Amino acid sequence: MTDGLSLTFAALADPTRRAILGRLAEGEAPLKELARPFAMSLPAVAKHLKVLERAGLVERGREAQWRPARLRADALREAAEWMEPYRRYWETRLGHLDAYLDELQTRSAHTADRRDEGTSG
Amino acid sequence: MTADELVLRLPSDVEIVVMRQFRAPATLVFDAWTTPDHLRRWFGRDGWSLPVCEIDLRPGGAWRYVHVGPDGAELGLSGEYLEVEPPRRLVSTERFDEPYFDVMGGGTVNTLTFEEDATGVTTLTMRVVYRSKDARDSALRTGMEAGMAEGLHRLASLLADLT
Repeated sequence: MTDGLSLTFAALADPTRRAILGRLAEGEAPLKELARPFAMSLPAVAKHLKVLERAGLVERGREAQWRPARLRADALREAAEWMEPYRRYWETRLGHLDAYLDELQTRSAHTADRRDEGTSG
Repeated sequence: MTADELVLRLPSDVEIVVMRQFRAPATLVFDAWTTPDHLRRWFGRDGWSLPVCEIDLRPGGAWRYVHVGPDGAELGLSGEYLEVEPPRRLVSTERFDEPYFDVMGGGTVNTLTFEEDATGVTTLTMRVVYRSKDARDSALRTGMEAGMAEGLHRLASLLADLT
């Protein structure tokens, strides 16, 4: 894995940072607004934002006071694509398991129906 | 997470967590995961069969699968059960037969939990712990695809021809 991706995944490992990304997915926002849902100080949220910035997931505007943060979707996409083969493998496998479980349950429901018919008739 | 959706997480440098929900009771999902007759019906599809599927389901018991591909390529993997608590929890080791899979770190410890909610939906969580970050990363990149064995067999015979 490239160093960039390591940073990305380290940044994504924290629930507060994922929540910040979730908010930014809806549109850019200044630090103050990003901090609002969290029971933590502005500097603490600023620190999280810094980690996201270093990982290339977020960029900050140039405007001195306001400096809105926005999502950099391409960095997220790169991280997602890298895991894609593994995801596909398990998606297929567990999809088969899902279909098989459905099949089993339909079959046992039919058996139960027949049993019910047997006892009532 | 909603049903039919696969969630993939990397909670640390050496782990992969896969989660998925099934509209089935935990006992059934657990059985499907640990009974050879069931496993053959879902694990070995897409042109792959599972002719060897041996399971000694108890702590310290061994398990072994051999997948055979459409062109006869074999992929064997095996391990040992560490914790067996039906229908909620299953911990086992896993490693591939072929030494060239050691790029993936010579084995993993897999912890599976099966949590059934009040509506009868079971959440399967599979936590795979690798021996190193490199091992985890190569597993992620290759996708651990059974088809990969085929590719590697071809590569091996090609290399044999060339040398």
